Amino acid sequence: MLSAESLAKIDREVAKYPADQKRSATMSALRIAQQEKGWLATETIEFVANYLGIPPVAAYEVATFYNMYDLKPVGKHKLTVCTNLPCALSGGYDAADYLKQKLGIDFGETSADGRFTLVEGECMGACGDAPVMLLNNHSMCSFMTREAIDKKLAELE
Amino acid sequence: MAVFANGILFEGVDTSDPNCWKIEAYQARGGYQALKKILTEGISQDDVIAELKTSSLRGRGGAGFPTGLKWSFMPRSFPGDKYVVCNTDEGEPGTFKDRDILRFNPHALIEGMIIAGYAMGAARGYNYIHGEIFAEYERFEEALDEARRAGFLGQNILGSTFSYELFAHHGYGAYICGEETALLESLEGKKGQPRFKPPFPASFGLYGKPTTINNTETFASVPYIITQGGQKFLELGKPNNGGTKLFSVSGHVNRPGNYEIPLGTPFAELLEMAGGMRGGKKLKAVIPGGSSAPVLPGDIMMQCTMDYDSIAKAGSMLGSGAVIVMNEDVCMVRALERLAYFYHEESCGQCTPCREGTGWLYRVIHRILNGEGRPEDLELLDSVGNNMAGRTICALADAAVFPVRSFTKHFRHEFEHLIEHKTPLVNHKWC
Ligand SMILES: Cc1cc2nc3c(=O)[nH]c(=O)nc-3n(C[C@H](O)[C@H](O)[C@H](O)COP(=O)(O)O)c2cc1C
Ligand code: SF4
Ligand code: FES
Repeated sequence: MLSAESLAKIDREVAKYPADQKRSATMSALRIAQQEKGWLATETIEFVANYLGIPPVAAYEVATFYNMYDLKPVGKHKLTVCTNLPCALSGGYDAADYLKQKLGIDFGETSADGRFTLVEGECMGACGDAPVMLLNNHSMCSFMTREAIDKKLAELE
Repeated sequence: MAVFANGILFEGVDTSDPNCWKIEAYQARGGYQALKKILTEGISQDDVIAELKTSSLRGRGGAGFPTGLKWSFMPRSFPGDKYVVCNTDEGEPGTFKDRDILRFNPHALIEGMIIAGYAMGAARGYNYIHGEIFAEYERFEEALDEARRAGFLGQNILGSTFSYELFAHHGYGAYICGEETALLESLEGKKGQPRFKPPFPASFGLYGKPTTINNTETFASVPYIITQGGQKFLELGKPNNGGTKLFSVSGHVNRPGNYEIPLGTPFAELLEMAGGMRGGKKLKAVIPGGSSAPVLPGDIMMQCTMDYDSIAKAGSMLGSGAVIVMNEDVCMVRALERLAYFYHEESCGQCTPCREGTGWLYRVIHRILNGEGRPEDLELLDSVGNNMAGRTICALADAAVFPVRSFTKHFRHEFEHLIEHKTPLVNHKWC
């Protein structure tokens, strides 16, 4: 259900915790599964739970509580733009509005070609680099002026 | 983004050098000398804690609790497992200092956490890292590998009887996990919902074992205190407010960034270091300690010095040291509405006053902003707030109420104007 590479990554996470506390690796295991699959289907969450030897409902609770897990399919590139106050004071809403206009979608939507999903984010702890945009959960893009957005999107296939 | 070093955390760190975070660079700056000193000179646990007390180091995560005192609460001689946990879940809007510690000086944190393990008799530590900063998480893991290879982590460190393991845990998007007991739940692989206190983590923490939780910047300040002495650290700042501190300056300034300055530095100086007001606009308001701290009008801020006591006296909190600067073009109703939305989104929902109250606050401010406010709305905000603050499991409810109380106190006329005339007093421009 998950590749050998993903399983090896999960094993590395499990090794960080005491032998009787495998449950602590749930968050990373779900993250690694989501990286491979693009999103977390119920079967994927159950697979992760069984792999860690925890009740599926425990993994499900984690997947629903933290907002970087995607429980529905998202576009090939998920763009999360921070609009919290500190970013807003340095162009957060301009970046968001520009992306909405350029991609023709609103927050929470995916472009018709399935390439982009746009998400409104909260503070990412990077306000000094405002406006900031998180690409596919793992890559922080700083100083997202219109030109920087154009350049970034052109780089993505 | 600017990083200004004048103190201890970024002293001598060339942030333009891509290898400045590596162990060789850290050791060239005198890194790991504190740990060596403790283990080779046989400095006792009590002496380490006494040095921290002398330094007057106060927690850099928000509450400003004296670190030496906190460490002394740990039952050091308790025979079972004990844990040291670092809070790098930096999600308080406006705060971005801990990320830079991981980026530019991660070994200072690692060394501080090892010393914490030694002083409190813990054999294991975890650093909980904010979900949105994956690159920093990976870098921290690399730094941990370096420290293991160098023999600073693992069995019998530097030939002593002290053994210690340290690992990184990656969050995945929940502001509430910055609250220390929610963080512990999350480390255990559960939903990040705060626990009732007492019991406090020092007696019932991670996996039910004695645990001490500190902020990234707090731990990273420890090596300096050991090598240079608590007295010297104290003298960098002012009495009861020892040391230098990182201030994350954001908003309408010319050079947003992290500024490491002695506690007690006048706000006016910090503002100048950050390049002054962008576009020469007039300073209107400042949130001096992260979004949960009460807002202060610019003229009051200009009279303050940047330390716990001065900011508290002015009616706010130094909090995490996140300084959010706003100019005259900001409609305060709109600014508050964005913050209220945040707290509503991030309430974990366990306590009715917080779950319902944050929603109420947001909806009432939202309708005032949209010209649908009612004459009784300001009183309503007050009474909703009174039913939340101090009546919940954790301080998120208070954190949601402080901005509402302070915005409606200091900028009341803007709220009244909107309610009465249905249009804002200030022609709002974000930037
Ligand atoms: C809602 C909420 C969010 C918090 N977020 C953080 C955070 O992001 N980082 C942090 O260090 N402390 C945060 N705290 C404070 C922690 O609970 C705790 O006091 C702190 O980590 C202790 O470390 P210190 O004594 O070194 O400051 C938060 C508290 C609350 C109530
Ligand atoms: S105060 Fe709010 S965030 Fe804190 S435990 Fe209660 S519901 Fe959760
Ligand atoms: S407010 Fe956007 S990263 Fe902090």
